[in-house]
Amino acid sequence: MAAYSRITWRDQLVGMAFAAPFIIGVAVLLVIPLSLSFYFSFCHYTMLTPPIWIGARNYTHLLSDDAFVRSLLNTCLFSVVSVPLALAWSLLLALLLNLPNRLRNIYRTIVFLPSLLPLVATAVIWRWMLSPVHGPINFFLKFPCRWIGNLLAPIAAAFHASPSAIQALHHLKPPLWLADGNWAMATIILLSLWGVGQTVIIFLAGLDEVPQELYESAAIDGATGWRRLRHITLPMLTPVIFFNLVVGIIASWQVFDLPYVMTHGGPGRATLFYSMYLFEAGFQQLRMGAACAMAWVQLVIILILTVIAFWSARKWVHYR
Amino acid sequence: MSIPGQKRSTLLARWLLVQAALLAVAIIYLAPLFWMFDTSVKSEHQAMTHIPSNVGKAMEALFIPHPVHLDNYRRVVESPFFKLPLYARNTLVIALLVAIGSMLSASLVAYALTKLRWYGRNILFWIVLGSMMLPFSVMMVPLYQIYRDFGWIGTNLPLWLPTFMAPPFYIFLLRQFYLTIPDELTEAAVIDGAGPFRIWWSIMLPLTRPALLVVGLFSFVASWNNFVGPLVYLTHQRTFTLALALQFFQTRHGGVAHTLLMAATVLVVVPIILIFFLAQKTFIRGIATTGIKG
Repeated sequence: MAAYSRITWRDQLVGMAFAAPFIIGVAVLLVIPLSLSFYFSFCHYTMLTPPIWIGARNYTHLLSDDAFVRSLLNTCLFSVVSVPLALAWSLLLALLLNLPNRLRNIYRTIVFLPSLLPLVATAVIWRWMLSPVHGPINFFLKFPCRWIGNLLAPIAAAFHASPSAIQALHHLKPPLWLADGNWAMATIILLSLWGVGQTVIIFLAGLDEVPQELYESAAIDGATGWRRLRHITLPMLTPVIFFNLVVGIIASWQVFDLPYVMTHGGPGRATLFYSMYLFEAGFQQLRMGAACAMAWVQLVIILILTVIAFWSARKWVHYR
Repeated sequence: MSIPGQKRSTLLARWLLVQAALLAVAIIYLAPLFWMFDTSVKSEHQAMTHIPSNVGKAMEALFIPHPVHLDNYRRVVESPFFKLPLYARNTLVIALLVAIGSMLSASLVAYALTKLRWYGRNILFWIVLGSMMLPFSVMMVPLYQIYRDFGWIGTNLPLWLPTFMAPPFYIFLLRQFYLTIPDELTEAAVIDGAGPFRIWWSIMLPLTRPALLVVGLFSFVASWNNFVGPLVYLTHQRTFTLALALQFFQTRHGGVAHTLLMAATVLVVVPIILIFFLAQKTFIRGIATTGIKG
């Protein structure tokens, strides 16, 4: 380290010159758009005519907008289910892919690759995979459905179920996935698990960092399997779990590509996501002011959730 | 690792369980890609016939294309709705500019944040961190208006020019790398009379090449895959990128010719798969650093 001399004018200018791309970027891509968007959120604005100040009406009208409330609830549901599910699934995959195995690198490659594909392609491929009539998924599900149905039907009969319910069990069929309003959201949640490759890689890197000595001393104490996982691996991994949790929460509130291409929000509004309705309100219905208000609400939601995550981290994240 | 006191048979059972789980995972993650390639070389008739209920015949009908229809690819490329050479060029031009812009600008800023001393650099770093969290939608409407006032809507400028203003995520990534470079290196160069720009260009850029490669690859792939950007800013079909064109193609065909749709998807996806296999290590190293040092 050099002795700290005073920062001269020259130093200051050079530093700012090198940082100039970002400083200009902050002004042009951040400060100006953020202030404008905050202003627009209080205006009636179509982008075709100048904005007209209407106070907080864009915000207050949101709650009486059925489509908005639906998109908010849908996104909440998606976030609450898919973030923990994806964390657990990718942690499980990482533990599996971390076991000594000759083909380990090939398996890692296979899990990682789909996460690099364009989401539009993922959406198009999976729509075809899940096609109820021609897709392979429902072809293979047909058999277990038949077995389970035939197994459960007598049991239901023994419990005096209604004849129509028993009949339904005898004809148990795989779901229609995206075409069924009750299944569409679950389908999108399940599909998001296909793209967890990057999370898995981050977990694997975290597993590499766990000091080997800990396992060795645990082995001397006779701890194996589950107890090693519970008392060494998971606690040492909490910073990485936390990182993936925060990234996951932020991403879950911005989901757009997958449902936009797969369902366009349907059937009905079953998969209408927050960002999708925002886009629709702004660029299709030309309610730019309302779209800006939604974006600010979205920002506040993300901010609150992140703050909660950081606050809770003090209780469960072990920093070395 | 053999643990005393455990029977051979338990170890064997565990080994079998792990192998079965790995195989199942591999099938889950590969099957959709296989199905995509498979459908892309089937005849339309074969893809859309009803699946027979006899399992053996069904497997044959589902998975073995006969005859192999490479013709689908020719038909996609010649389709008026999917002009592959044009879209591929559009996408490539944007992705290359994005990669160059991100690498150069983020490297300059990361250098300023770690190796140069000036007032405000800590505040700037906090702004870098904060702006990574902002959802694009907050800026979307005003940015659209600004670009429209410049007359850039319908051109590719909004898709690559902003990346020359140092995307915060890449600044962050490069900063982590710059922090590992000892200051003594630059001090020696200062004594030799090299200016800051020379130091950055001829010492820092070569030294940070692995991290720059990560930034280049990430930004290239992100741009190639970008859907919202082109959806908002590109208005004429001749300026479309592949991702946008694929969605457009899908809505055009609306479930009619899945063979052609899958052939188009293969054409969109194959370059990414190739890049991945050429630079797999770089990708994995890059992703690992974001999570561990974050």
